[in-house]
Amino acid sequence: MNDLLSLSMILFTIGAVGVLVRRNALIVFMCVELMLNATNLAFVAFAREHGNLDGQLAAFFVMVVAAAEVVVGLAIIIAIHRSRGSISVDEVRQVRG
Amino acid sequence: MISLLAAVPIVGALLVTLLPRGNRSQQLVARHAALGVSLVALAVALVAAARFDVDAGGYQMVEEHSWIEPLGAWYSVGLNGIGLTLVLLTVILTPVVLLAAYRDELPGNRSANSYVAWMLVLEGLAILVFTATDAFLFYVAFEATLVPIYFLIGSYGGKGRQKAALTFLLYNLLGGLLMLAAVVGLYVVSADAGEASYRLADLSQIAFGENTEKLLFLGFMAAFAVKAPLWPFHTWLPEAAASATPATSVLMVSVIDKVGTFGMIRWGLELFPGAADWASPTIMALAVVSIVYGALAAIGSTDIRRLVAYTSVSHFGFIILGIFAFTQTSTSGSVLYMFNHGLSTAALFLVTGIMISRRGSAEISAFGGVQKIAPVMSGILLIAGLSSLSLPGLAPFVSEFLVLAGTFTVNVPLAVIATLGIVLAAVYVLVLYQRTMTGPLTEQAKVVTDLTAREVAALTPLVVVIIGLGLFPQPMLDLVNPAVALVLGGLP
Amino acid sequence: MIIWLLVAFPALGAALLLTWGKESDRFGHLIATAASAASFVWGLVLFVQLLGRDHDDRTVTESLFTWISTGPQGSGAFHVEMSFVYDPLAALFVLLITGVGTLIHVYSIGYMEHDDRRRRFFAFLNLFVAAMLVLVLAGDYLVLFLGWEGVGLASYLLIGFWQHKPSAAAAAKKAFVVNRVGDIGMALAIMLMFKEFGTTEIAAVGDSVAGATANTITALGLLLLLGACGKSAQVPLQSWLLDAMEGPTPVSALIHAATMVTAGVYLVVRSNAIFDASETARTAVVIVGLVTLIAGAIIGCAKDDIKKALAGSTMSQIGYMMLAAGLGPAGYAFAIFHLVTHGFFKANMFLGAGSVMHAMDDDVNMRHYGALRTALPVTFATFGLGYLAIIGFPGFSGFFSKDKIIEAALAHNVWIGLATVLGAGITAFYMTRLMAMTFAGQKRWKDEVHPHESPRVMTVPLMVLAAASVLGGILLLGDWITDWLEPVVGHTEHHEVVIGGVELAPIAVSALVTLVVAAGVAIAWATYGRREVEGETPEKVSILTRFARNDLYGDTVNEWVAVRPTMGLARGLARFDQHGLHRAITGFVELIGEGATAMRSWQNGFVRSYALGVFLGALALTLALLVVIWR
Repeated sequence: MNDLLSLSMILFTIGAVGVLVRRNALIVFMCVELMLNATNLAFVAFAREHGNLDGQLAAFFVMVVAAAEVVVGLAIIIAIHRSRGSISVDEVRQVRG
Repeated sequence: MISLLAAVPIVGALLVTLLPRGNRSQQLVARHAALGVSLVALAVALVAAARFDVDAGGYQMVEEHSWIEPLGAWYSVGLNGIGLTLVLLTVILTPVVLLAAYRDELPGNRSANSYVAWMLVLEGLAILVFTATDAFLFYVAFEATLVPIYFLIGSYGGKGRQKAALTFLLYNLLGGLLMLAAVVGLYVVSADAGEASYRLADLSQIAFGENTEKLLFLGFMAAFAVKAPLWPFHTWLPEAAASATPATSVLMVSVIDKVGTFGMIRWGLELFPGAADWASPTIMALAVVSIVYGALAAIGSTDIRRLVAYTSVSHFGFIILGIFAFTQTSTSGSVLYMFNHGLSTAALFLVTGIMISRRGSAEISAFGGVQKIAPVMSGILLIAGLSSLSLPGLAPFVSEFLVLAGTFTVNVPLAVIATLGIVLAAVYVLVLYQRTMTGPLTEQAKVVTDLTAREVAALTPLVVVIIGLGLFPQPMLDLVNPAVALVLGGLP
Repeated sequence: MIIWLLVAFPALGAALLLTWGKESDRFGHLIATAASAASFVWGLVLFVQLLGRDHDDRTVTESLFTWISTGPQGSGAFHVEMSFVYDPLAALFVLLITGVGTLIHVYSIGYMEHDDRRRRFFAFLNLFVAAMLVLVLAGDYLVLFLGWEGVGLASYLLIGFWQHKPSAAAAAKKAFVVNRVGDIGMALAIMLMFKEFGTTEIAAVGDSVAGATANTITALGLLLLLGACGKSAQVPLQSWLLDAMEGPTPVSALIHAATMVTAGVYLVVRSNAIFDASETARTAVVIVGLVTLIAGAIIGCAKDDIKKALAGSTMSQIGYMMLAAGLGPAGYAFAIFHLVTHGFFKANMFLGAGSVMHAMDDDVNMRHYGALRTALPVTFATFGLGYLAIIGFPGFSGFFSKDKIIEAALAHNVWIGLATVLGAGITAFYMTRLMAMTFAGQKRWKDEVHPHESPRVMTVPLMVLAAASVLGGILLLGDWITDWLEPVVGHTEHHEVVIGGVELAPIAVSALVTLVVAAGVAIAWATYGRREVEGETPEKVSILTRFARNDLYGDTVNEWVAVRPTMGLARGLARFDQHGLHRAITGFVELIGEGATAMRSWQNGFVRSYALGVFLGALALTLALLVVIWR
């Protein structure tokens, strides 16, 4: 149990740091996925510990949302790549206040 | 009956928006349709007035349906003499305004369909406000009137319209917010006292605590004082009037601002008699300040629209003074004043609006000697002006004198100061007339042309009613007196 | 007796002419004249009916409808009936207004012939006659106020009839505004009546006076006097009358000489119950009358403008009437008597002045006249009769009416009486000056001016009025006028004139006055008749003359005391409201706006800084949760 949670925490931290420090949108994106899967792991671990299906259910929801997000997110990244030839998140600043 | 009356313009407005929009002739169809709708509303109102029992002071033609039961909110409407007076004002002015606004230049090729539709919506909401006998319904309709006016100013006005619309909205929302607090407070009080109900009849049974009553009264008064506009909460009016079309100004000042003074009677005096009595010296003093301040500011104005707006500040001072003097004479006079002021200010706004649109400038100094080329226009401006300065023989005199005479019996100093206003009124009206109409015709004013037949047709009913009610005001007073007597009877 | 018909004729005439289109231009003036004449004829009919009634039964009340009411009559609520009262006083006024009015209508047909707005002029004249009739027939002070303001409106419209002249427009506005100042007094007086007596009906107010406190009565009297000062151009509200001469001359004759300006005197006499009961108010009336009498006369001496000289004279003569009215029961009837005779001779002279102007291409400067007696024989003759009447030449109407006032004033107080005698002398001076400068001496007009006598339509009214000026004195025969007015103003008390313990017979007073008048005439003749009059207004004149030429600096005082402070305050307030008060309130809104602008910079567009924000937020939340759980 503790091992699983530790792995989940490590994965989440890697993902979080990745989101904050990397500029490449694809990497940022993958880091987000990493964080999602880290939480999935925690969900499943708790489900196993408590012996009910609630956590697994949640994990499935996360997967569905993640899949949808990938579709939209990748589409945006490709669109940006096409229009600007770069996918650095620091260059997309048009929406600042 | 009342629901039908309120529904006709609102449904009519929906139909008008559905009409095809586009070129001028199609928009003309929409304008015709809107005029037709407003005339139907006028007819319905006249039928209602014919059925109205003049001698009874209470509410008639009452309709009640439970609306939001947990809140105790009812769809409850009814007419008394005061409400009917203002409903009549609304239904008379709307067709006049629509007719006068046929050729209004709208900014940026905006469609006339929505313009006239918003006016009809405003008419319907105003009728609802004047007939609501449920505090919640009143509040909803009261705030809802902001929406049409916001769009009428913000989308269809002249230079600086968006800022003016925002100013209007912010002021009135602020007042409305305080009123909302009071409306919520009413719920708490009424739920405490038993079953929650917002109906006026139920609310007036409740014995408020002294401080509760004062606070609730002040909440309502805040909204009404902004709306009415009472000094020092009046500054939105000149801004809004300077940027609105004349038609919008008329609906705003002549009809919707009356909600303020009307509300003071129905939701001030009738609901919180004790608190109204407590506040009356202060409010009367502010009203007198309004009278003198508005008149002086009008004299000092260089923009015609601002001038007319300030005259209204002064006149609203008279209305409020009369209401809070709590005498049969002055309060009846105030109610009549609301009606008369609506007519005379409408005439003034419309005729100056025509002058301004012909000349393309609202500065007084842009005119000069216009009577030479536009005698009918100058004649109507003079009549409208004379009614604004309360010349005996014209309708506003009757009401103004009743207000002053009634006030004089309870507070001599204030009545004397208010009477000084009649000299100032003569100055602002005659200076306006002198500078724009008389003297040699200036080169720049030559572009002004006289009124067209349609414009004369729109203004004539106003002039006729102003003169008619100046000599025969009694039918209106008969309508008002019993209701006022009933309201004043409830005061301590 | 159908009283309202009197008002209905001219009112209908005015309404018809104002709404009828251009096609009525050809005959509009005839309709108006007919309306005024019909009213006069009806006035005669009613007058004869009134004569046929008993002495004490000569008050007819007619209530048309309830005008304004907030409750039943007598309940303390405000209740005003649209009621007319026809009594001996009203009857006299009706005849004066419609009689002189009709003559002036006729005269105007000729005088305004070439004005393309003639129809409107006649509409306004009709409106004036109707309003003036409402004023004198009113049975309620508020109805009186309706007529009062109605004549003010007509006067405004007629003074400013030539609106394209800035001076005319300014004069019209000034007249209206100054009158409004007086109206404050009227309005407050009516309010005070309502407060104290619960009614504003004239008769009922008169009955209530007995039960009122002295202060109330005095206040009422002074407030009414303020109203009277405005309408009758009495000091301190006199300044509008001289400017009012900007109007067409028939207007000056009808409104600013014969009828409207006497409304103040009418008001005082009509309110005799109030003034009888207050010594203070009466004294105030006497003082106002006396000051105006002298001031008007002085102004009249210095004016070269023929109409303004006559206007000064009007002020002065109304001062006489005011003073007489202020003497109480001893003077009411004589005030009215002088009012009637003055109506005749002043209308006559104003119309004569119009005839002269007509001949002189609208030049009003008397220094450009001279020797017009041969060119304008009819005008000269009629004007001359009016002149003899106003200076009080024995046998003419003015002799009787002014004499009676002077006699009553002398009996009241010697010094006041002597001042009125002096006034009579000055009157003789300035009127002789006017006559001499206009009709006598050498011709001073330029060669391109060809004076010609006016058409018949203008001279016939002159002749009628001249006859009336001569014969007006017969009203006093057998004390007819005092008897006639007795039901309204009470018995006219007669007091003997006692000076230094010596009783003076009336004939001695007359002799004294005639002597002073003769002196005035002689001085004026010596200065202006025998010597050559300068063609241009001399610049080097005494301080007194300069003082008089500038209307005793009344305008300057008004300018500095009232106009400038008010306008300055108004402009300041308008600016303060827009840029001060409004800014203060919108300033608060802007403060919020600025706060929002400051926060906007946090949205810098770097996705990663947003992410950091999210993480920090999540961290803070988690920590907060932990703190809560840990506790």
